[in-house]
Order: sequence, then structure tokens, then C-alpha cells
Amino acid sequence: MIAYFTYFQVARSEQFINNPYNTRLDSFAKRIIRGDIVSDDGTLLATTKTDADGNETREYPQGKKYAHVVGYAENGKAGLESSYNFQLLRSHSFILERVVNEIEGKKNQGDTLVTTLNNDLQQAAYEALGDRKGAVVVLEPNSGKILAMVSKPDFDPNTIVSNWDAILANDDQNSVLLNRASQGLYPPGSTFKLVTALEYIREHPKAYKNYSYECSGSITADNYTLHCFGNSVHGEVDLKKSMAKSCNSSFANIGLSLDLKSYLDTCEDLLFNKSLPTEFASSKSRFSLQPDAGDSAVMATAIGQGETLVSPLHMALIVSAIQNDGVLMKPYLVQRVENSDGNEVECYEPSAYGRLMTESEAKVLRGMMKAVVTEGTASALASEKYTAAGKTGSAEFGTNKGDSHAWFVGYASAKGSSPIAIAVIVEGAGSGSSVGVPIAKTVFDTYFK
Amino acid sequence: MVTIITEVSKYLMMILFACYTYECFSVLQKSSSPDRQKHILRRQQCFMFLIHLDAYLVIFAVKQELQVLAFFVVQELLIWAIQLIYRFLYKKASRLVTNNLCMLLIISFIILTRLSEEKAIRQFTFAVIGTLVMLLVPFFIRHIHFLHKLPYLYAVVGIALLVLVAVAGKTDYGAKLSFTFGSVSLQPSEFIKILFVFFVAAMFYHAIDFRQVVITTVLAAAHVLVLVISKDLGSASIFFITYLVMLYVATKNPGYLGLGAAAGSLAAVIAYKLFSHVKVRVVAWKDPLSVIDNQGYQICQSLFAIGTGGWFGLGLFGGMPDKIPVADEDFVFAAISEELGGVFAICVILVCASCYLMFLNIAMQIHNQFYKLIALGLGTVYGFQVFLTIGGVIKFIPSTGVTLPLVSYGGSSLLSTLIIFAVIQGLYIIREDEVSDEKKNNRKGSRRRKRAAADHRQENAKA
Ligand SMILES: [Zn+2]
Repeated sequence: MIAYFTYFQVARSEQFINNPYNTRLDSFAKRIIRGDIVSDDGTLLATTKTDADGNETREYPQGKKYAHVVGYAENGKAGLESSYNFQLLRSHSFILERVVNEIEGKKNQGDTLVTTLNNDLQQAAYEALGDRKGAVVVLEPNSGKILAMVSKPDFDPNTIVSNWDAILANDDQNSVLLNRASQGLYPPGSTFKLVTALEYIREHPKAYKNYSYECSGSITADNYTLHCFGNSVHGEVDLKKSMAKSCNSSFANIGLSLDLKSYLDTCEDLLFNKSLPTEFASSKSRFSLQPDAGDSAVMATAIGQGETLVSPLHMALIVSAIQNDGVLMKPYLVQRVENSDGNEVECYEPSAYGRLMTESEAKVLRGMMKAVVTEGTASALASEKYTAAGKTGSAEFGTNKGDSHAWFVGYASAKGSSPIAIAVIVEGAGSGSSVGVPIAKTVFDTYFK
Repeated sequence: MVTIITEVSKYLMMILFACYTYECFSVLQKSSSPDRQKHILRRQQCFMFLIHLDAYLVIFAVKQELQVLAFFVVQELLIWAIQLIYRFLYKKASRLVTNNLCMLLIISFIILTRLSEEKAIRQFTFAVIGTLVMLLVPFFIRHIHFLHKLPYLYAVVGIALLVLVAVAGKTDYGAKLSFTFGSVSLQPSEFIKILFVFFVAAMFYHAIDFRQVVITTVLAAAHVLVLVISKDLGSASIFFITYLVMLYVATKNPGYLGLGAAAGSLAAVIAYKLFSHVKVRVVAWKDPLSVIDNQGYQICQSLFAIGTGGWFGLGLFGGMPDKIPVADEDFVFAAISEELGGVFAICVILVCASCYLMFLNIAMQIHNQFYKLIALGLGTVYGFQVFLTIGGVIKFIPSTGVTLPLVSYGGSSLLSTLIIFAVIQGLYIIREDEVSDEKKNNRKGSRRRKRAAADHRQENAKA
């Protein structure tokens, strides 16, 4: 029982402490000035100013740029302000200073959160997304550090209280407060072909190399016809070329050959239908193709249409596991907590979540993703400074044929710096290669400059 | 300024209590001489006093009421009265048990004063009454020799009282537990636990043949069944486990144990299916955050409290234990953990464990089978109750609405636990009687043996 008590204190208590129902923390605010939040490079993201009368205001010097990821602390809490509320309201300042403050009846300065966010990347992603709705997530595959997380439309956390009603008024269409990067769920479109390919490789560990298909621009089964994007005709394709050209007919054909039970298992290995291992709020992605599904559903699902829904963060995690030889590192946003003098109080080390696929499976997928850049739909990412790989997607949604979300998921690496993985989605913007890829390029160019 | 006192005291109390707890176990080392033991036990009393003093200084600093200090003084007087009674009237009683009893009472006073002064004062009144009872119990245990002759009386009184509660008792939190006379409410099951242990011990003292086992089991099952009907499942499980342990130790037959365990699991499944309030508690245990708005509220508040308190606590008056429903009774452990800290709370568990050990210790040492079974039975009642309440508060097991003996608020619970401790002290005294009897016999015996050996030598010499 003592062991369980210890386990609770060490491993489980934070989940309970930072729960919004735990009103204990509000009482801390009477004695502590809420701590700062800073980026990895020391840019101030949130701070509390006290005026001459002792009134406190929470300020966000970076404005809208970090709106969702940092969140807000009034009218309820969101983002890091919510999930690290406890750490922000504790003070580990120099003990004598605290004693002096106590005696003088002054408040102590709360601890500072040092995030993993990289201000340059956040800025680049924020600007690249522009006024369009969507999200960008950038992370380090070998550590799980999240370097940038942007969601649009955004809001200004500095004026959230005065603009609250206006924000909620037209929230039905815009969902301004929703962090689309971790909580938005979208059809994955062609980015899901990575998953379909993985399942095919698992079923044919050697023979996948011999796969061949003659694309005539469309495929028909069970009275259902599926076309390649832009009605292209791809001719004879193998698995790699199917991926590079994003050939819908070929992947629908692959889908029809799959063992659906094992397809579902593979998706669950990749954390579909499961909670993502995050400290912050994130949505569960959905994969619902049952083993008895009909041909049309199977074909649509294999190319990322159908009922499947995924969050941008989840896609970023999948590609980062592919980049990191199959091992997924737990994504995290806060690397350490410091006291007001900059001394470390608590440190959050990278930790592995587990293996999503074997090393050789990851390697095969990397080969295909590279082909997407060298000879396929993401050729704009070819660069001398870094090697990029990825997959584009144009996910159709709604009933209007041709309305699609633009996706890009991928990674880039270069000698001398750690690789980064990215997921980009732009709502209703068209094709992945014309809209998603340029945003990824901006981020890569900023990082590997 | 007050914050500094609270902060410093919180660490000080933690360290003092850790020292106290350490000595609970160091005193048991075989190598320690009686002198060293006496020394340790005296040091424990110092720690106890300092913790008590420090806590009331904090309470005084926050409340700024003189009556807090007066209350402290009266409490100290009571503690000293208990210590002196046992020091001079019952020299042979275990002083470690006395110390632990006083320590747990002090913790109870501290946390109850912090939660509600009014309840603390009531608890104190019960403690005074309990002390008077404790004065007499060891005497009765030692000098009344027909206690083992009345098994059926214990059973009949026990079952009758339980039935009365089931029929006429007051319902709270979905279970029928108590009678109310004016402002005092009485929870008979707390006392029947003791009668029950006496009943089982007396039965198995006389015989352990199959027929006796069947009769005892039927009567024991009647106790448990009435409790289940009153929906007091916490008590029901305490009675059940106690019976099982006593049955096994008396008969040494693992078959009974297996049968009992099977019956117990079956009963648990049936209870889960049958009673909605059991289901609710299991759901609240599995994933409390998902039902935080209703069934899970209590356990979530408890875990918020324990988690936010962390290892070192928020200091007295630094937390919000009043947010936890029934923080003064079933969930007192969460309140302690929140304000006095996780380390302090673990020490509470260890001190309870030390009491339990002392119960088992006397059960092992004493020769008379009747007393042995009583010590074992009361030990099980105590140990299992501690397990149920703390396990429930920290979400180790579903919560059962059982109180933490000596610490939780509640007159019946406090009085019955004091009686249990007093009975155990009585047994320690009887054990010392046994030892001195044995010594006498041994001396006689060894003299006889020496003489025999001498005769033998003489005969050899002759040959
Ligand atoms: Zn094609």
C-alpha cells in the first residue's frame, strides 16, 4: 500500500493536480505571482505584470502567435497555462528572498516554464500558414520535443477576457479556441497511404518489392469507381512509385488485397482509436474499417478517404516514428521548470513511448517517402542544405467534389543538426503539393539555414 | 510571518514524526537491551510532545485564539493521564502500544482541530470517556476467568443488536449504521466487532472438530449477512476476513481457507451485481475523473488533496481539506496527506503497521489458545480496517466507508478502538503472568532435574 501511495505521488499525481476541478491551486495565487513561460531560446511567451496598486495582469508579448499552445489563464484555462498551472503557481526562489517577502507581506515569484518551442520555427510556421485555417506541428523525432505548434484561426490571449463573447459568438463555424494541431480531426487523405503501405509490407515482407500495377487512371470494383488525382494515368507502377505519384488506383488495389483484421491491428499499433501519449489535451484518431467491410469502403479507406479521421499531431508522430527507426518518443512541450533566478527545479527528459514498427519497416517507408521528394508530388522540397522526405495529401471532405484539405507530412535531416518532423494541414485549400509543401519548405529552410 | 511558521513547522513535524516512526521499529530489534528500549520509548514521548506542541502553535498562529492553547493543555493532560495509568497501574503492558495509541490520538486531535474545532472537542470528550474504560478493561481481562465460557451469549447479543440496527437504524450514505439518542449517535457494529472476536475465540477454544466449525460458521455468517442487509459492506468484509483468519489459525486447515476465499469472491460478485451503491463505488474507483461530477467526486477530491499536498504537504491551513466530503471520517487520511505531507502520511501507515505488529506479537507469544485467538482476531480487525480505509482513500481499492481507527472522527469508532487496545494491553499483562508462572515452574523443574542428575551421578559412582 505504501508502494501504491508512492507510485501515485510519483507517477499519477500530476494528472489529478492540474485537473480544472482542483480548486486548491486558485488559493496558491494569493501568495504567488504566476510564473513566466518562455521558449527554448528564452523568448518571453507569457508573464505577469503587477502595477503600482498591486493589480496583476497576465501578458502575452508574442500575441496571437502562441495563442493555442500557450493558452490563457482567465475565463477558464487552456494550453500550457492549464496543464502546468501547478508548476506556475509554485515558487522555488531563493529561500531567504522568500522569507523576506513573507515578512514584508509581498508575493513570491512563481517558477518559470521553459518550453521546447523554437521561436524562429513558430514564427515561420505562423506566417506561412497566413490567414488560412489549419495547423502546423513540428517536432524532433529523436527526442519528442515539440518545436512549433500553430493553429488557425487564432485569437489574442491578451484581450481574451474583453473579447470573450465575440469569440464565442461565431465559434460554431470557426472553433477559434480549438487547438487544431492536437485536437482537430481530419480525413488523412493520401498521407494515409503510408499506413496502407506499412500493412502491405507487413503482409508481404519480401514480396512487396515485386508489387506491380498498371494504372489506367481509375479502378472499379463492386460498382464503385475511384480516380487518380487530377485524372492522371500513371501507367506501370511498383509500390515505391505508387507512393511517389500518390496513385489512388494502385493503393485501392492494394487495399482490396489486405487482410482487414490485420489492417485494423496495424492502425491500432500506430495509435488509431487510442489516446495519444501527451500531457496536454489531444483527440483520439479514428479508424473504423471493420473486417466485414464492403469493397467500396475498403478502397476509399486505403487512400485515406472513408471514415478515418486523424489529428495533425498524430500524423507528425507517425512520420517521426518512421524517421526514428520505428520508435516513437513521447511528445512534450516543457523541457524544464526554473526558479526566478534561472536555477533548475525540475527537468523533463525525453522518454520513449515504444516501438510502432520494426526498424526495417521504417526503413522501407523512408525509402518511399524520399521518392516522393525526388521523383514525386513533393519535388519542391529538394534542397542542397537538407534531405527531405514525406507524403502529400489532398483530403476530400463534404459533398462538393474537389473541396479538399491540403496535407503534408514528412521530415528533413542534415549533417550536424537533429532531424525534424512536420505535419501541415490547410483546410479547404486544395492539393497538398501546391499548398502543404511550400509551408513545410519554409519551416525546413528556416531550421536548416 | 504566519506562513513562515507554517512552512518551518511542516518540515519539523515531518522530521519528528519520521524519527518517532523509526523508533517504533528500532525498539523491536532483538539486540536492544531493556535499558535501551526504555530510553527509546522515552524519546518517542518527547517527539510526540514536540509534534503536538508544534502543531498547536501553528493552529494558534493562524487562529489567534487563546482557547486553542487551553485545548492543547487539556489534551496533554489526557495524554499524560494515559501514560501514567499504564506506567503505574499496568506496568506489564506494552509501552510501545501505549505510545502509538497516544501518537495516533494526537494526530487525530491536530487534524480535527484544523478541520472543525467543535468536532475536535467532541472527539476529546469521547477520548476522556474512553480513557476511563481503558482503565478498567485490562483489569477485567486479567481477573475474569469465565470469558471463554460465554460464546453463545456473545453471538446472540451481537446478532440481535445488528438486527436491531438493520431494522431501526438511521441510514446515511446508503447504509444503515447507527442509532441516534439525542445528540449522540451510536454505531453498534463498531462494538460488535469485539464481541464477534470473543465469540469466535471462545468457540474454537473449546473445540475445533467439524461440528463446532459448522456451528461457528453458521453463526458468523449470520453476522455478516445482517451487515450485508444493512448495506454496511465495509464492516461485513471486516467480519468476514477476521473470521477466515481466526478459522485458519485455529484449525490450521488450508481447505477452510480456500473454501472461505471462494465464498468471499462469490459474495463480492453477487454484491456487485445486486447493490447499486457497490457498483457506483467500483466505477468511481476504476476511473474517478470520468464521473467526477457525481460518484467520483469524493475520491477525486481526495486524490487532488493527496497529489497537491505532495511529499511535504501544504502546511496546516495551507490546503483545502474541507473540499473533501467527510474529510474528518472516512477520508481523514487524505486531509493528513494534503496538509502534513506524503511523508507524514506514510509514517501514519507505518505507525498503524507497528500497532498491528504488536497485536500479532502478543498473539504469537501468549500460550493460552483463547487469548491467542482474541489477539489474532482483534489484530485482524484493526489491520484490515486500516487497509480498507487507507486503500480506499488513495484509490488502491474501491472505497468502503470505513474509518481510520483512533484518527477518524466518531465516538463509537474511537471508543471501540480504545477498548481493543486495552484488551491487547490486558493480554500483554496476562502474558507477563504466564512468563512469571513459567519461571516459577522452571525453577521447580530445574531443581528437580538437578536433584535427579545428582542421584544419577551417585549411582554411577556406586557402580
Ligand atoms: Zn494512378
